[in-house]
Amino acid sequence: MNRSETRRRGFADRGFLVFEQTGDVIQAETVLKKSGWAVRVMGPPPEIRTGCDLVVEFPLIEELNILRELDGAGVVPLSVVPVTAPLLAPVDLFHTRDFGEYLMVRAANMKITVSKADGKIVNISGGGCPDVPYLAGEMVGKTLAEAPSPRELGHTLCGYALQLAYEELLRK
Amino acid sequence: MISVVGTVPDPEFPLTHGPVSLMDGQLSINGRNITVNRGTPALLASAAKASEILEVPDIYAFLVGDIGRGDGSRRLYAFLEQRLPEFDFDVLTFHYLQPDVDWHNKVLFAIDAMKPRPTLIADAGFMYAAKMSGQAGEYDFFTPDTGELAFLADETAPHPFYTRGFILHENNNAPDLIRRAYEHQNAAKYLLVKGATDYVADGNGIIETVGHPSFEAMEAIGGTGDTLTGLLTVLCGAGFKPTDAAVLAAKVNRLTGLYANPNPATQVMELINEMPRALSIITNTETVNHIRT
Repeated sequence: MNRSETRRRGFADRGFLVFEQTGDVIQAETVLKKSGWAVRVMGPPPEIRTGCDLVVEFPLIEELNILRELDGAGVVPLSVVPVTAPLLAPVDLFHTRDFGEYLMVRAANMKITVSKADGKIVNISGGGCPDVPYLAGEMVGKTLAEAPSPRELGHTLCGYALQLAYEELLRK
Repeated sequence: MISVVGTVPDPEFPLTHGPVSLMDGQLSINGRNITVNRGTPALLASAAKASEILEVPDIYAFLVGDIGRGDGSRRLYAFLEQRLPEFDFDVLTFHYLQPDVDWHNKVLFAIDAMKPRPTLIADAGFMYAAKMSGQAGEYDFFTPDTGELAFLADETAPHPFYTRGFILHENNNAPDLIRRAYEHQNAAKYLLVKGATDYVADGNGIIETVGHPSFEAMEAIGGTGDTLTGLLTVLCGAGFKPTDAAVLAAKVNRLTGLYANPNPATQVMELINEMPRALSIITNTETVNHIRT
C-alpha cells in the first residue's frame, strides 16, 4: 500500500486500545464518545485475538488525552497499539422484519422484537455468549424507554450486536 | 447418559454438576432451582421434556453462573479440563459459554481422554470457539442458525459479529453457505441449520430439509434454537442415527409451534410445554409421512 492509499484508508494515524474484557471496551467507548472523540469499536488483529474480542480504534495523536480521560473514568487499557493492518469491521447490516403488530431488528446474530403499540420489548433471540440470556431477562417485558440498554449491562460481542440492533430499533 | 455444559444468567450461581429435572416449569439441579427463559436452561428444559416420552437415561449437566464477564465460563473450563475424563457420557453438548479458544482447546484435550469418546454437539458460544480453533471437524454436530451459518462460512470471522457483508447477503442461500463452511473446514461432521427451512448436511452436501410446518414468528422467539439442540441431544442419546436424530428434532421443534400457535411475543416455555405432544405425534410414522407431504 502506498502512502496516499494508507492515508486515504486512515490506518497510519490510528491506534487501538486493548482491554482485559469486552465490557471494559464498551465502557471505554461510551466514555470517549460522550466526550466527542472519534473512536470506533473494531475487531482485533489475529495475533491478539482470543475469542470474544473488541478493541477501540482511536486517533493516535490524541493518545495522551484519551488515556487521561480513560484513567479519570477508571477504565484503563492493558495496552495501546498502533494500527499497522486493517482491523476487522463489525457488522453494519441490519435486517428489519415487520410482523404486523411487532417489529424485529437483527444485527449480526442478535434479534430484538418490540410491540408496535406500546414499544414493549417482547423477545430477544439469537447469540451465543452468556450475557444474552441475562440481557433478555433484564429487558424483555419492559418498554424501550424503561429497559436498560445492552451497552449498560452487556459484556460480549453478542451484547454489543444487541446494542446495535437496539439503536437501529430506536431509529425506526 | 447424556450431558450438557453451559451457563446460567445469575452471577451468584455456583459451579455445580449433577442430574437435572424439570418440574412446574423450573429446572432443578442439586437442590437449586433455575428459571427457564432461554439459553442453556431452555436447552435443558427441552431435553427434560423430551425425555418424558423417549427412554433416555438421566440428563446430567455442568452449570455455572455467568452474565458475560467470562469468569464463570473460565472456572467451568478449568473444572472440565481436570475432571471430564472421569465421566462416561454417550452424548456431550456444549452450549452458552464464553468463546475462548485456549480454553476450548484444553477442554477438547480432556474429551480426547474420555473412553469411549461421546457424540459431541456444539452450539452457541462454544461453537464459535470450536470454529475459531480450526478443529470443527472434531465435532459430530454444529447447530447454527442462518446468521451463525454465515459466520461458519466466513473463514476470516472470529465471531458472528465480524461476518463480512458479502457473506451475510447470502443469508437466504443456505446451500452455498453450507458448502463454503465445509470447503474451509469450519463445519462439524454434520450441520443442523435452524431457519425458515432447516437443513441437515454433511461434507457431501445437504442430506435433508425440513420446512413444514412453518411459523414466521418463531424467528423472533428467544430460545427456539436452544430447544432444537436439546431435542437433538436427547434423540442422539436415545440411539437414533445422527441424521435421523437431526431430522426428527427439526420436525418436533416445528410441531411445537403448531400446538403453541406462536406470535413474536410467545415465550419459549410455552413451546417446551408442547414438546411431549409433538414428540409423540412425530414418532408415529404415519403422521410423519403426512407432515412430510
